[in-house]
Amino acid sequence: MLGALTALLLCQLIGEAVVRLFDLPVPGPVLGLVLLLGFLALRKGIPGELAPTANGLLKHLSLLFVPAGVGVLQHLQRIQAEWLALAAALLVSSVATIIVTAVVMRAMMRLLKLDDDGEETP
Amino acid sequence: MITEFTDIWVYLRTGPLLWLTATLAAYVAAQWVYERAGLNPLLNPVALSVILLAVLLTVTGTEYQTYFEGAQFVHFLLGPATIALAVPLYSHFGKVRAVIIPMLVALLAGAVTAVATAVGVAALLGASYETLASLAPKSVTTPIAMGISERIGGLPSLTAVLVILTGILGAMLATPVLNLLGITDWKARGFAAGVAAHGIGTARAFHVSEVAGTFAGIAMGLNGLVTAFLVPLLIDWIR
Repeated sequence: MLGALTALLLCQLIGEAVVRLFDLPVPGPVLGLVLLLGFLALRKGIPGELAPTANGLLKHLSLLFVPAGVGVLQHLQRIQAEWLALAAALLVSSVATIIVTAVVMRAMMRLLKLDDDGEETP
Repeated sequence: MITEFTDIWVYLRTGPLLWLTATLAAYVAAQWVYERAGLNPLLNPVALSVILLAVLLTVTGTEYQTYFEGAQFVHFLLGPATIALAVPLYSHFGKVRAVIIPMLVALLAGAVTAVATAVGVAALLGASYETLASLAPKSVTTPIAMGISERIGGLPSLTAVLVILTGILGAMLATPVLNLLGITDWKARGFAAGVAAHGIGTARAFHVSEVAGTFAGIAMGLNGLVTAFLVPLLIDWIR
């Protein structure tokens, strides 16, 4: 667990450093993700303790968004003043994005004759 | 007794322990409700936790800055968690490679839709430029969105809130909307959730299927990149 956490932090550290060094538009953690992926590909496997640590973090990914979400308290005034525009924008945009992305992806998959793996209906 | 209690409160409210504990406790409670309700997307654990903590902060008259001193340790883990996405991504790499072209086309279509519809609707309803600029990157993960918002004249902290609200909304809506469309493929379902609702959509996708979660994670990462380039172009248009 400790080794795996160190590896994750190390990837992030290198990612942040490279992004700043070369002034890249990519966020540091995303570069760190690519770095770890490259490492796993070279190693041709996931080291034993990395999987449970990574899965543990991802299992509670929701928790990590809570502190930023509570920041809603700082913006109550603006949200009250522009609530209709904000609510309509978020709602329309979320529904439209889900539909467009899923429909385009399925259409492209059909076009390229790729299979559907959704035997189990959700 | 009352003064003792006040003394303890005065001590606790200055350190990070209290609000760190409260954040975890709120989440544990929210997760319990969510699981009890059979993972009903409407009882999203992020939404429940945020409501619980917001009420708690308001009732105790605590400033957000004070709260964040404790909660920042949780917030910090967003970075390592993003990197941890490499693990499921590697495990399902074969599936990902097979649909790389449909994925990239869908990504572009979804990214443009997310920015254009959000900014378009809000502009029509008379939102200020500051709000529009804060809203434009709302579908990408928090750190990226805040960076974009700052560059185009939005308020990064407002963007963070809109990002979380988008994530909650997307995580709630993805399952019913995709069922209505009759899309059963886990890859497409997950990918759509990730493009529309970044990490919160990804967390929700992992709850229903590991394949969906993996594709949502990829969508989140790629959409961050595409939107970072896209938003500055689109926002010039309305300025």
